Amino acid sequence: MQDRLQALKEEALLKIQQASDLKELQDIKVSYLGKRGPITEVLKGMGKLSPEERPVVGAYANEIRDAITSALESKISELEQAVIEEKLKKESIDVTLPGRPVRKGNAHPLTAVIEEIEDLFLTMGFTVAEGPEVETDYYNFEALNLPKGHPARDMQDSFFITEDILLRTQTSPVQARTMEKHHGRGPVKIVSPGKVYRRDDDDATHSHQFMQIEGLVVDENVRLSDLKGVLETFAKKMFGEERKIRLRPSFFPFTEPSVEMDISCFKCGGKGCSICKHTGWIEILGAGMVHPNVLEMAGFDSKKYTGFAFGMGPERIAMLKYGIDDIRHFYTNDLRFLKQFKKA
Amino acid sequence: MLVSYNWLKDYVNLDLSAAELADKITKSGIEVEIVESLNKGITGVVVGHVLECVQHPNADKLRVCKVDLGEEAPVQIVCGAPNVAAGQKVPVAKVGAVLPGNFKIKKAKLRGEASNGMICSLTELGVEGKLVPKEYSSGIFVMPSDAEIGSDALSYLNLDDYVLELGLTPNRADCLNMLGVAYEVAAILNEELRLPEVQVQTSGEKASDYVSVTVDAKEDNPYYGAMIIKNITIAPSPLWMQNRLVAAGIRPINNVVDITNYVLLEYGQPLHAFDYDRLGSKEILVRRAKAGEEMVTLDDAKRKLGANHLVITNGKEPVAVAGVMGGATSEVQDDTTTVLLEAAYFEGIRVRSASKDLGLRSEASSRYEKGIDRNRVYDAAYRAASLMAQYAGGEVAQGIVEAGERLVPEGKAEVTQTRINTLLGTEIEGEQISDILKRLRFEFDVHGENYIVTVPSRRPDITIDADLVEEVGRIYGYDRIPTTYLLTEGRPGGLSPYQAARRKVMRYMEGTGLYQAVTYALTTPEKSNAFTFSQEQENVHSIKVSHPMSEERSTLRSTLVPQLLEVLKHNHHRSIDDVGIFEISSVFFAHEQSLSVLPEEKTYLSGALTGLWSIHPWQGEKKKIDFFVVKGILEGLFEELGLHSRISFESESLPGMHPGRTAVVKLDSIVVGFIGQIHPGTQKEWDLNESYVFELDLDQLLGASVEPTVYQTLPRFPSITRDIAVVVDQNLPAGDLNTVIHEAGGELLKESSLFDLYEGERMEEGKKSLAFSLKYYDPERTLTDEEVTKAHENILRSLEERFGASLRK
Ligand SMILES: [Zn+2]
Repeated sequence: MQDRLQALKEEALLKIQQASDLKELQDIKVSYLGKRGPITEVLKGMGKLSPEERPVVGAYANEIRDAITSALESKISELEQAVIEEKLKKESIDVTLPGRPVRKGNAHPLTAVIEEIEDLFLTMGFTVAEGPEVETDYYNFEALNLPKGHPARDMQDSFFITEDILLRTQTSPVQARTMEKHHGRGPVKIVSPGKVYRRDDDDATHSHQFMQIEGLVVDENVRLSDLKGVLETFAKKMFGEERKIRLRPSFFPFTEPSVEMDISCFKCGGKGCSICKHTGWIEILGAGMVHPNVLEMAGFDSKKYTGFAFGMGPERIAMLKYGIDDIRHFYTNDLRFLKQFKKA
Repeated sequence: MLVSYNWLKDYVNLDLSAAELADKITKSGIEVEIVESLNKGITGVVVGHVLECVQHPNADKLRVCKVDLGEEAPVQIVCGAPNVAAGQKVPVAKVGAVLPGNFKIKKAKLRGEASNGMICSLTELGVEGKLVPKEYSSGIFVMPSDAEIGSDALSYLNLDDYVLELGLTPNRADCLNMLGVAYEVAAILNEELRLPEVQVQTSGEKASDYVSVTVDAKEDNPYYGAMIIKNITIAPSPLWMQNRLVAAGIRPINNVVDITNYVLLEYGQPLHAFDYDRLGSKEILVRRAKAGEEMVTLDDAKRKLGANHLVITNGKEPVAVAGVMGGATSEVQDDTTTVLLEAAYFEGIRVRSASKDLGLRSEASSRYEKGIDRNRVYDAAYRAASLMAQYAGGEVAQGIVEAGERLVPEGKAEVTQTRINTLLGTEIEGEQISDILKRLRFEFDVHGENYIVTVPSRRPDITIDADLVEEVGRIYGYDRIPTTYLLTEGRPGGLSPYQAARRKVMRYMEGTGLYQAVTYALTTPEKSNAFTFSQEQENVHSIKVSHPMSEERSTLRSTLVPQLLEVLKHNHHRSIDDVGIFEISSVFFAHEQSLSVLPEEKTYLSGALTGLWSIHPWQGEKKKIDFFVVKGILEGLFEELGLHSRISFESESLPGMHPGRTAVVKLDSIVVGFIGQIHPGTQKEWDLNESYVFELDLDQLLGASVEPTVYQTLPRFPSITRDIAVVVDQNLPAGDLNTVIHEAGGELLKESSLFDLYEGERMEEGKKSLAFSLKYYDPERTLTDEEVTKAHENILRSLEERFGASLRK
């Protein structure tokens, strides 16, 4: 009896191994393990066996059932896997085809530059102050130590609307307005970005409308050396850690002493190239200690308070940073231009 | 100001190169913009002596010269200049020489005659044509007869010089002359200063016997002085003087004119030489011109004068426009023998109005405009007179005939050592301060730590302590000022809520795929208000600048849309037709015809879109921008700002917009902007493709108070979703249906969303079907079917009652 069972087992396992699809396996299962299958048939003859033999044969029969079942299961999973693989193979795609484009615009390069500068000064404890683009003569000129008839008014030919109202020629009126709001008490620490207007013919380096960003600190004991510290921090963050700065005496009506700041050329490192006009230095901004007249006019005691101010042109900085050769690009908004500043 | 390096050596020892000097001047406060070498790469040019000069046998216009170059034998040179002649000393470029532009001189044969070198004109030596004296303008330059044969011609012509171009700020008009620059350079280099020594031998005659001076406009002309120089012989000025004028950019004319220009450059004092015999009287009267008065100026142009111009007259007629230009009749000519030399102080503002009105700017007028040193008038006059005696054979009559006050008191300014050091952040010793003031040649007294400085009249820019701080600081050296960090209290900085929100809006807009544009605020009057969305906007006045540069940039805008359409057009003309842009900028509204107060300024957020929105070419997807693409962008924005539940869109007709595809945007009940398609007519006018725009009052949006976010518990009970499809009139807005659905749905209805719109053949004429998906939910319990059915039926009934809606079958 055991021999017959043994033969059935070998026969079943062989069939399982040769089976090529799930249906065939199902048939094998039914034919060998079903109620009318040969194993059941064999076991029906158990009654003829001695009581000693019965458990032995019974155990053997179960062993064979288990072996066939497990062989069936592993063959089924093997075949299923093959089916899945076959299916997945058919589903495969060309991964080198381009992806679905995600629409993503970006900031205007001037905004990018302004925000970068704002953020830098925000970390130094500054706030951002803004003011009107149409200004009074008082805030645009007089409060900044530029009385009527001052020769430096010639330097900035302006768009007047009435005798007393004009498009601001600089963002400095925001400084005057902010100081006034402090009613003679420090500290004042602001940066003020915005659009300004001058009667210039538009060409590659001039624009009748352009941006400025200025900074102002007023407090007790503010020194030119502090201005140097702030500007050095700015230059390194904006143009690289290796930058050196140089202050040169200059002239602005609203500061005294006045300085211009140069940075060591980021292109050639100071050896001289076309960007720095072979001087090794690039002029970046104007600055100085707030003129006592400006402090007094805004209600600050110039004996007690001192301050510094600085101002720069985001266009110039963007042009230097990105190598842009024509200021008009900023205002033409050619999409091929705007798209270049994704990571700005 | 052009500063000759060689000339400067007259006044200050210069033991450094021109480039090193320029660097030091720049670092001390006056920017040297260019250091120009006059040499321009020239080598091998020597003084030659023309021994013989004969006609070229084969060419009419050429001569064959034998020229002694100080070598063993003279060389033969063929020369085409008409003015070459035997006996002349001339600059000769030898074989092997290099001229400007890397032009090498080689042995040549010209029409059969050997030519071993080249006799040079000044332009061939790199001098600008307009600076070459007239007599040499079409030929070779003839050098003084005492020039040494064979020696370097460049030093004779001052072409070994360097010219420093100073970029002067308005406060430093003192450096518009060589002496001023010498004071500055002597201070920077800590060197001695040598001022010119002026000695005038006067004749027995008195100037006052020749002329009287009256000033009828004291405010315009505080001082007028006249000298008389007789027996002048007009001739070329000495070569060294011509060279210096050329280096400074002035063309040599004759000895008298050159001397006035030379002293102008040296002292900064404009001078004018009249031909005394052609003056027409023995009188100088300075007065305002009469309206309509005319005179012919030196340049032979007839000038119409006005009451705001100052003129020099001979008592009857104008002979010069004060400080601007002399008259033709009294001009110094070749036969002039007696010169009346004018040395005066005219107020800048008067000179400026004449120079502006007549369109004449000169070395003299620009110096008067920027301010000259009044205390130097005398010195300059005597300097010029002495040069005329020396180089024009003149005899100087005694005295200056004058009117007005010549000298003005010098100013005072005070500063303390503490102030200097606290403002600069330095620790400069008292001794150093004194030393610096001495180097600047300022007179001063020290009282304790207080410095009381007498400001020289050449430096009127110095009036207060801060000015002295700057003087001390810049001579001390800004590179020696330490770097320190602000001691101000550490209050945190930060953006205002408005600024932070505005940045958020920008980031959102960029995230939707729009590019930020920045456009001009000035535009044409028509474009400035071409798009409006509220009554208020229409009731404002346009704001024009008083002197626009062009009509195109004459008026401040009250809408950003036209400039954004310009951007679409610019791109369209370059075949860039899929564009989405936005701008955040100010717009301006005047509430009065002529501004007495500042106009209202608002910040608008506007956008313009055209072409394709989403594109996936190889999957065959191309979605055009339409109204709903743009609306979706705005809806996302309102959600971002927490305003979406308070926003509504209402169909509206607006100027320039498609009447059926435009809506105003309302926040609560206030119109805050609009959105829509550009009217096909407008689109054609602008030469655009189908375009959509929006404009929003950003200040209103960001100014709206927003409820803080409160967390809503996540649903603990299942919700029930039921759909409803109704047939309504085709022109009924879906938004109206939605409002009623929410009203009728009561507490249980939490969400409704439109998922189908059908208008077509299977629909009755004039009808459409809308299908909504409605979500019912109670946070406290599980809803029963009956409750939901009741609410759902209530909705349907309300829709029937309000809109005659019927359930779609
Ligand atoms: Zn460089």
